[in-house]
Amino acid sequence: MTDINNSTAAPTLLSKIVKSIGMLKESPIAIFGLSLILFWVILAILAPILPLYDPNTPLEPFKFPLDGSAKNDGLYWLGTDHKGRDILSRVIFGAQQVLVWATMATAVAYIVGMFMGVVAGYLGGWWDETISFISNVLLSFPVIVLYIIIITYLGATGFNIVLAVTFASAPGIMRIVRGLVLDLRTRDYIFAAQTRGESALYIMIVELLPNARGPLIVDACLRLGYTTITIAMLGYLGLGLPPPDPDWGKMIAETQPLGSFAGHMAVVPAIAISSLVLGFNLLADGLREISMRD
Amino acid sequence: MEQTPILECRNLCISYDTRGGEIPAVIDFNLKVMPGQGVGIVGESGCGKSTVALAIMQYLGSNGYIKSGEIFYHGRDMRTMSEEELRALRGSKIAMIYQEPMASLNPSMKIGDQLAEVPLFHEDVSRTEALKRSQDLLEAVKLPDPARIMDSYPHQISGGQQQRVVIAMALLSKPDLLLLDEPTTALDVTVERGIVELVKEISAEFGTSMIYISHNLGLILDTCDRVTVMYSGEAVEDGTVEEVFDEMQHPYTTGLFASIPLPGADKNERPLVPIPGQLPLPHQRPQGCFFGPRCAFFRDGPCNGEKVSMRQVEGEEGHTVRCARFEDIDWAEGDHEAVTVKSVKSGKVVLEVKDMKKYYEIADSSIMSLIKRTPPKTVKANENINFNAREAETVAIVGESGCGKSTFAKVLMGLEEATEGSVVLNGEDLAYLPVQQRKARTVGHLQMVFQNPFDTLNPSHSVGSQIARVIRKFDVEKDPEKVRGKVNDLLDLVKLPRDFAHRRPRQLSGGQKQRIGIARAFAGNPAVVVADEPVSALDVSVQAAVTGLLTEIQNDLKSTLLFISHDLSVVRYLSDRVVVMYLGHIVEQGTTDEVFSPPYHPYTEALLSAVPIADTSVEQKQIILKGDIPSAVNPPPGCPFQTRCPRKIGSICETDEPPIKDMGNGHMIGCHLDADVFAAMEPVIVIHNEDEKAS
Repeated sequence: MTDINNSTAAPTLLSKIVKSIGMLKESPIAIFGLSLILFWVILAILAPILPLYDPNTPLEPFKFPLDGSAKNDGLYWLGTDHKGRDILSRVIFGAQQVLVWATMATAVAYIVGMFMGVVAGYLGGWWDETISFISNVLLSFPVIVLYIIIITYLGATGFNIVLAVTFASAPGIMRIVRGLVLDLRTRDYIFAAQTRGESALYIMIVELLPNARGPLIVDACLRLGYTTITIAMLGYLGLGLPPPDPDWGKMIAETQPLGSFAGHMAVVPAIAISSLVLGFNLLADGLREISMRD
Repeated sequence: MEQTPILECRNLCISYDTRGGEIPAVIDFNLKVMPGQGVGIVGESGCGKSTVALAIMQYLGSNGYIKSGEIFYHGRDMRTMSEEELRALRGSKIAMIYQEPMASLNPSMKIGDQLAEVPLFHEDVSRTEALKRSQDLLEAVKLPDPARIMDSYPHQISGGQQQRVVIAMALLSKPDLLLLDEPTTALDVTVERGIVELVKEISAEFGTSMIYISHNLGLILDTCDRVTVMYSGEAVEDGTVEEVFDEMQHPYTTGLFASIPLPGADKNERPLVPIPGQLPLPHQRPQGCFFGPRCAFFRDGPCNGEKVSMRQVEGEEGHTVRCARFEDIDWAEGDHEAVTVKSVKSGKVVLEVKDMKKYYEIADSSIMSLIKRTPPKTVKANENINFNAREAETVAIVGESGCGKSTFAKVLMGLEEATEGSVVLNGEDLAYLPVQQRKARTVGHLQMVFQNPFDTLNPSHSVGSQIARVIRKFDVEKDPEKVRGKVNDLLDLVKLPRDFAHRRPRQLSGGQKQRIGIARAFAGNPAVVVADEPVSALDVSVQAAVTGLLTEIQNDLKSTLLFISHDLSVVRYLSDRVVVMYLGHIVEQGTTDEVFSPPYHPYTEALLSAVPIADTSVEQKQIILKGDIPSAVNPPPGCPFQTRCPRKIGSICETDEPPIKDMGNGHMIGCHLDADVFAAMEPVIVIHNEDEKAS
């Protein structure tokens, strides 16, 4: 366990990543979740070089999966939709969209939420009361109403989705961070930093936040799942990314009325959404399980 | 006539299943508890003493199990009992008292109802009868106003009272075996003394047998008839208290006694000798004798070959020792490095605290108080603190929880501003200068060593980077290469290998972390180092080494050490001068000899009598204080100590703040007692037959 050679060398970033993936091995659930996520991530990255039809070009409408009767000798693996676009291609390019914007939105929400939380928790007093009040006001809005207000006022763009998710998620993140910081700030090493005259900003960023990372990583994973659902939901409501780029939520919304005779058009993107969200949730569960065991 | 023992453990082996495989926690453990007997189990953390207690309760948790051996209760093997039988036994015939009283009580139930549950569950009694019995027992454990306590919730009473309630609860079903797992560790010394006396009285009165688990040898001496010393999962020595305390045979037992400061310990004649190294982890236990690598009498062959078994000491039936060569040991040969405290001449006054006061205001933000306009309450955390500390001097600040020593440290370090008075360090008044406004050099000149080794280092950063940060922050060095050199120097200073700089705090043991804490405090060549109970959370065998290191560095650098502690034995050993605090007031101060010999302040006298001493030749006067330390929010009028003082002389104590009397040479006592009472005081600690001990 305490291999001398191992523990004396300064750990590199690479060895750290290898080590944390090694830890995942202890939870089959986490491995399964991570595989689901990686499946979509790899497809999204490889999308431009895969031999796919253009996702926005109408080809032949209403083809069913594995229908080999394409004019150009190709094969529609997952069929085509009502406008004749290749569903496989649209799902994969849609993954690109959803992964990029979900990650971005969650990251921004985290930066804002963590900053609010650490300030409220560490400085306390007036700061805490103000930040907590703002959070409570935001949390008292029904989330969907909040989204609709923001997007209808500001327009449906990726940036505005990030903004909407930040407004909806940051208060929750702030509460978690605040709670963790309230506990951590009583530790002797914080006291030691104070007695050597460190600034509040240094203490918050260097001394406090790194120690709150455990629960936050688990929460971030769950939140990525929520954000995926949110983006899909916004797309479904017509508030998602601007057309014609493929969007999983919009794909369901457009083809849903045709479900009775061409169900695959809505089912395929629905499965895509569920599998990605399931991946995030299972990974979060596994990570929590691993962190509890220590 | 052979009696059946209440409880007997035979060749007990207990293991835990973990991710790393099976970990043997207790190996080949034997124990016999006769009716009415008190048996102590003593050892350091991780030695398996609590595991034994849990095994006796058959409560090992999901991953622990008894691998082999038997536990007999009244001659019946407990392992053959059904879950039903065990449940009837637990809490009724065998009762356990844990370390944290608050954790043993249900916070949402009134104490009376919780107590009544015990007889209601185990016996067929009516509710009125159960409540009546509960109240009687609360009286038996000497709680004031039992009727009121019956009607309180656990958080409404103090820690000492909670522990008494837990003891009452354990006694309710008239158990014949009481398991006490560090019952007083969470309590203050003067409160602890009361609980220990209670436990002794109860075992005498009810004829209850006891298993008393503690790391404190002094408490075991006070309460038990027999004692088992454990080390790394094994019993290493077993015998009557007299045999083990006076004629110990195992090198570990000897080492333990040599590393705790006893009143007979003398800096020159019997210096403290730390045990080198640290406890082995369960999966890294050495071949043969587990204590081998740390033992000064280690011999290649007998000590690292076969498993060592318990053997009887010749002529002493029942005194057994797990050492391959205890008969052959020449005790003179051990060449451990002793902790010597060089007497350094103290120089000029470095720190001068004058009439320092620190009051806090607690604003009541409830709506009622807004309507009634109640003025905010004032907490007088520090009241008229006056003392000086000289260069290279060790000044001990002694007091129990709530005495104001932490507040004083905060004002000194600049985290709080004083309300009145001055704190002058090297000519600069720091009382109203928060730490951010102090110069880097000043901050570096006044540093602190913290109490809890597990909290003192930030777990997210490497040890080296944490020391380097301090060096840069105090303007000692800026150049990265020189900073690295200085980090290495500091690691050398605290006698740790240089490659520890790359390690994370979790890869270090408690003692090593505390050494890093010391290195950090000494990075800026401090004039004054405040050490807040620096060793109280460490294992006994490493305490001496860390204390020794701290004083050695302090002597070399001629820094002043403010040593905050409640442990009077260590204070007596280390310090040049002592300041005794109670509820924000300094009640007594003087040189160590003056404070530890009469005349005493009544509180000092009680403190001295409360310290458990692991020496059979020491006789302590018994002074048991009533009740608990009052809250600083609502301190008693007049003398702060008057509510508990055994020497209270009358109404003057309740109305007038006592004058500070000079007993000569700057030995100050704040008390109303007359000079002739002070003159007639006798020493609290008397050491008998000194010549016999000298061997």
